[in-house]
Amino acid sequence: MADDKLSQAERDEAAYFAERAAAAGVPRPLAGALDTPAATNAEPPTLFDVQEMELNFGPQHPSTHGVLRIILKVDGEKILEAIPDVGYLHRGTEKLFETETYPMGIPHTDRMDYIAAATNNHAYCLAIEKLIGVEVPRRAQLIRVILDELQRLSSHLVWLGTSGIDLGAVTPFWYAFREREQILDFFEEYCGARLTLNCMRIGGLPFDLTAGWVERLMEFVDDLPARIDDYEQLLTDNRIWKKRTVGIGVLTAAECIEWGLTGPILRGSGVEWDLRRAQPYECYDELDFAIPTRTGGDTYDRYIVRVQEMRQSARIIGQCIDRLAPGDIRGKVPRVIKPPAEEIYASIESPKGELGFYCVSNGTNRPYRMHCRPPSFINLQSLPKLAKGHLISDLVALIGTIDIVLGEVDR
Amino acid sequence: MAEETTPSPAAAGGGPREAAKPKPVAADASSHPWVASLAAGVPEAVLAAKQFGGQVTVTVAREKIADVARHLKEREDFAYCVDVTAVDWRDRQPRFDVVYHFYSFSKNDRIRVKCGAAEGEDVPSIAGVFLAANWSERETWDMFGIRFSGHPDLRRILTWEGFRGFPLRKDFPLEGIETGAAIYPEEWPEGGGPSPDDPNRKVVS
Repeated sequence: MADDKLSQAERDEAAYFAERAAAAGVPRPLAGALDTPAATNAEPPTLFDVQEMELNFGPQHPSTHGVLRIILKVDGEKILEAIPDVGYLHRGTEKLFETETYPMGIPHTDRMDYIAAATNNHAYCLAIEKLIGVEVPRRAQLIRVILDELQRLSSHLVWLGTSGIDLGAVTPFWYAFREREQILDFFEEYCGARLTLNCMRIGGLPFDLTAGWVERLMEFVDDLPARIDDYEQLLTDNRIWKKRTVGIGVLTAAECIEWGLTGPILRGSGVEWDLRRAQPYECYDELDFAIPTRTGGDTYDRYIVRVQEMRQSARIIGQCIDRLAPGDIRGKVPRVIKPPAEEIYASIESPKGELGFYCVSNGTNRPYRMHCRPPSFINLQSLPKLAKGHLISDLVALIGTIDIVLGEVDR
Repeated sequence: MAEETTPSPAAAGGGPREAAKPKPVAADASSHPWVASLAAGVPEAVLAAKQFGGQVTVTVAREKIADVARHLKEREDFAYCVDVTAVDWRDRQPRFDVVYHFYSFSKNDRIRVKCGAAEGEDVPSIAGVFLAANWSERETWDMFGIRFSGHPDLRRILTWEGFRGFPLRKDFPLEGIETGAAIYPEEWPEGGGPSPDDPNRKVVS
């Protein structure tokens, strides 16, 4: 930031701290060294004259959201190179799919992106439905969309709470988890589980809705925009939040596409692309919702995109509830699923981006190969580029803004 | 969109919107415009093409895969590399299929490209064409033991350097193998874990 962009108060503050640091004998940063780099490709500025050292960030660091290890080469606080090391949570899920029948694979998908299990179930079922050509009844489609959007809300709320707390904003965490708790209650009432939901079946759903569920959900959804206003009031114009996020980890639209980044990252860089609109599945094509985009491509813009997406999810749930009518919840699925010896790829817009399943069948009742295209894994690839030249504390913001779940990265 | 441009008999399968229609059937797709464009742009690359459930699959020669990827990206506007993975056919020759998915924003459609690779054969890396393929190719190497020649950083990614075997091969036991890693540090050079000459070992906290 150039001096002329600072307010008088900020200049006074900087002068005060410089004076205190000088009095305490702290070496003064070189001129311009603490400025936010304009482009992440630019040569990182020199901070202090210290030796380059290697530092392990994680795998047991709370802000890595699980077990992510990043090998950092740092010059003081400044990151010269960041090398992610993943795989600590690798459980061989793709191998497990091959040993079990098609319906038995659904609970395994819960354990991949474990804070958005419903969308995982959905993508997996969608691939097999495409393969065997099953029509999902309309009521099941609508309930699936409701569950997906509830899951998107809960995933974004976890993201909001945790990435806020990573950057020192403790308060939004309590508000976000209060609403998430209610969403988990809805899931619990629907399928008995709160986290690993196993809430979809090939061709439809396991259960119909319980009495009163829809009414309570409608109440919750009506109330939600006001709650989202609360979160925004805490963060959107918060000076500290903006200082920690604006201009941090800038990605252009071309870079996003080159790196294969999807989801809120892509939309935060100005590409209006959402699989719910581009290649609609279930009944998304008849629903009225906007795709929030921002053009800055930094951490702050991705925050805005996610918050706006929560508002849209609430709208979608409301529309689905209006359309709900009695009907079947399961299509005509054979008792033993033996797809033709073919291959299929199906993908949905999960809270984190494009979640796809590539299924190869050899005509038996078990998948010959089931591969998951995990958005977290692909999105995490951009971390070395994002982190270069930033400070270690910004790395925490960057891990948060990519929104990874290590269960999905490592599978 | 594919529905408007597909002259093949599988046009009923069409684009992604029609994909959920009951009982999709496989059909030949060698006259599909993308396949024709590939055949003209990269000579001797296309070996077979089929369509199933509205998705086009092109099998290409292994040596040409980087050229095919570049052609699809630059001429056919498939700018987004969705995924790279592999399938182990165990008793077939060549043993592996390396499978690529590409997406085009302007066409709003996907194409699947496959190439065969025998055990020990190198597949040209497309990480130079699509940066997104970097980690996916590393994962494919880690899980199947398929080397990608020209990859900038072909290390294992989900398991560790020094791990023996390739977990997603069909002959790898489901119950796993004895690695002796982690809890018995005195055993790790024998069984698994970072080997003493692994360059990563010099990294200390």
